[in-house]
Amino acid sequence: MSRQNEDERPRVSDSQSNPGADAAEAVIDVRGVHYAIGDRPIFAGLDLTVKRGLITAVMGPSGTGKTTLLRLITGEIYAGSGRVAVFGRDVGTLTSRELYATRRRMGVLFQNGALLTDLDVYENVAFPVREHTDLPESLIRKLVLTKLEAVGLRGAAELMPAELSGGMARRVALARAIVTDPEILIYDEPFVGLDPISLGVILRLVKQMNDALKITSVVVSHDVHEIATIADYSYLLSDGKVVASGTPAELARSDSATVRQFMTGGAEGPVRFHYPAPDYAEELMEVAR
Amino acid sequence: MSNGARAGVLELVRKTGETGVFFVRLLAACIPALSRPRLIIAQIYNAGARSLIIIMLSGLFTGMVLGLQFYDVLNRFGATEALGTAVALALLKELGPVLTALLFAGRAGTALTSEIGLMRATDQLTAMDVMAVDPIRHVAAPRFLGGLIAMPLLTAIFTVVGLFGAQLIGVQFLGVDHGIFWSQAQSAVALKDVTEGVVKSIVFGAVVSLIAVNEGYHSEPTAEGIGRATTRTVVASSVMTLLLDYVLTAIFL
Amino acid sequence: MRANRSLEIGTGLFVLLGFAALLFLSMQLPANGLKFSFQKPIGYDVTAQFDNIGDLKVGAPVRMAGVRIGQVTKIDFDTNTERAKVWLRINPRFNQIPADSSAAIDTEGLLGGQYIAISPGAMPTYLTNGSQILETQSALVLENLINKFFATEANKSHGSGGGAKESK
Repeated sequence: MSRQNEDERPRVSDSQSNPGADAAEAVIDVRGVHYAIGDRPIFAGLDLTVKRGLITAVMGPSGTGKTTLLRLITGEIYAGSGRVAVFGRDVGTLTSRELYATRRRMGVLFQNGALLTDLDVYENVAFPVREHTDLPESLIRKLVLTKLEAVGLRGAAELMPAELSGGMARRVALARAIVTDPEILIYDEPFVGLDPISLGVILRLVKQMNDALKITSVVVSHDVHEIATIADYSYLLSDGKVVASGTPAELARSDSATVRQFMTGGAEGPVRFHYPAPDYAEELMEVAR
Repeated sequence: MSNGARAGVLELVRKTGETGVFFVRLLAACIPALSRPRLIIAQIYNAGARSLIIIMLSGLFTGMVLGLQFYDVLNRFGATEALGTAVALALLKELGPVLTALLFAGRAGTALTSEIGLMRATDQLTAMDVMAVDPIRHVAAPRFLGGLIAMPLLTAIFTVVGLFGAQLIGVQFLGVDHGIFWSQAQSAVALKDVTEGVVKSIVFGAVVSLIAVNEGYHSEPTAEGIGRATTRTVVASSVMTLLLDYVLTAIFL
Repeated sequence: MRANRSLEIGTGLFVLLGFAALLFLSMQLPANGLKFSFQKPIGYDVTAQFDNIGDLKVGAPVRMAGVRIGQVTKIDFDTNTERAKVWLRINPRFNQIPADSSAAIDTEGLLGGQYIAISPGAMPTYLTNGSQILETQSALVLENLINKFFATEANKSHGSGGGAKESK
């Protein structure tokens, strides 16, 4: 594992000019990250910045390493080279104690919620509080019920995760992610597989959390239209790089072929529909022979 | 050596290394895990209390079969009075620990592997890790400790039930004298034999639990991956139990 | 919370059962362990004193004509007579054992344990609770027999080889 051991700077100076974002502090700063699984490169020089208090969307076709980016930010994996800084510190250089301290300031909403199946909804939400604090039960109860009320599931406190629908499970997971009042909330594909109503609910919740709790949000998604309604700033990933960035309005106006293809959902364009294969006609001839 | 065999040996070495590293991490997590006794109690229940019926039934039938077989053999020498000795030593030193470990691997080990594997597949372990809760401390260590505590108790229950099963056959049906059966058993068994059984059961408990937890923790997060991991748990823990049984027996003799 | 309670009760039962089994194995089973007699036989007690009880154990059967009539409940050393004192509990069904019956310590089979064989006497009075069997025969200790056997053999061969110097 080769990591670049840069000097730790308390604040990351923002060299890139980011239209739409003011001079707010960069909470997450990804610079020149290379990462490969085996021989398959996932990122080749990735740069992106998440500003405090904004909703930042990371979009891209499937297989562009959106989830890998999330794992890089939470320090589950380390970049091959380059630097992933969270709260101004390179997560690759943190000791496991420091990493855990950093993670306590983040909340992550997993694709399927990742609720603990042996605990009921109430205990799931209470879990991080119980693990990290010695608060009295009455206070925990108040805290948990507040958060469940915020996602509209106070009535479901007694249910087990197996009894929840996909949308409900995600809302419980959201309540669990915010129960420790994190500074950053990372959503991994929060809209996948939801019916339109649940989707609308989650969408509103993401916006609410951001506005009411002043939480910095990172939404990893390929649901372009949904995310465009709430994102303050978007990055479009393709082939391990940021191919476009800007506010949703700017991306919509972009004349880049990749952006256009992704925003309109065309099959033809720079992102190939076909997996690389030998010539079609030739292979058919081969079969005929 | 063929390519396949070389890959197999390499995989075996890698697996051993993986399990070894995991064991060290597990041991380091065991002390902090003790601060949550509730989790360990739940796992003693899962691994122990839930295996109780199968262990008692198997113990009973094992004892009954031993009663029949040893009676038959001893009868050929006109020494059926030694039935108590033969059954007690066989159960205490060998069959109790080994059969309990094999049953434990099948009943509790597979449950552990698939449960942890499923937690891995549904991102529960990752979610804990990201919530700054060490999944080894919170998930793996309590399950390991639960298995470690449950195994000697299960083995003792198996052995005692087996003894009474053998007594049922030997004394009630085959007419060996009740007093002879027990006095012979008592005169032949030394405390060292009991110790041998207990030590074996503790070692087997540790090995089976370690293998089960490790396989679950490192299982591929797919349905087939969990299935394969479960199979590996049964195979690896059975083989390791029998192998270590030989080693421990050789040490104790 | 109710689920929690039943879990705790289940675990508690299992652990208690397990420790009871462990205790049984480590205390009851080994010869040098602590013993509680787990089946108190009913009947009346008689005693007998032996010069040597060999390998006799508590729990060993008492037989008459090969039929089990009771068992050994206690073995002690009598400091007055300097002999072993054995308590036998006889099943009350067999209440007509002549008072002058004799007791011998026999071995069952080649490898078996030892038991007490009662040979009936001829007196019209019977053994009752607290009576003592006076005529006893000690255990045949196999090693002694073998030693005796070899000693005589050695004497024999010595005698024949050396040309009958000694005669009895």
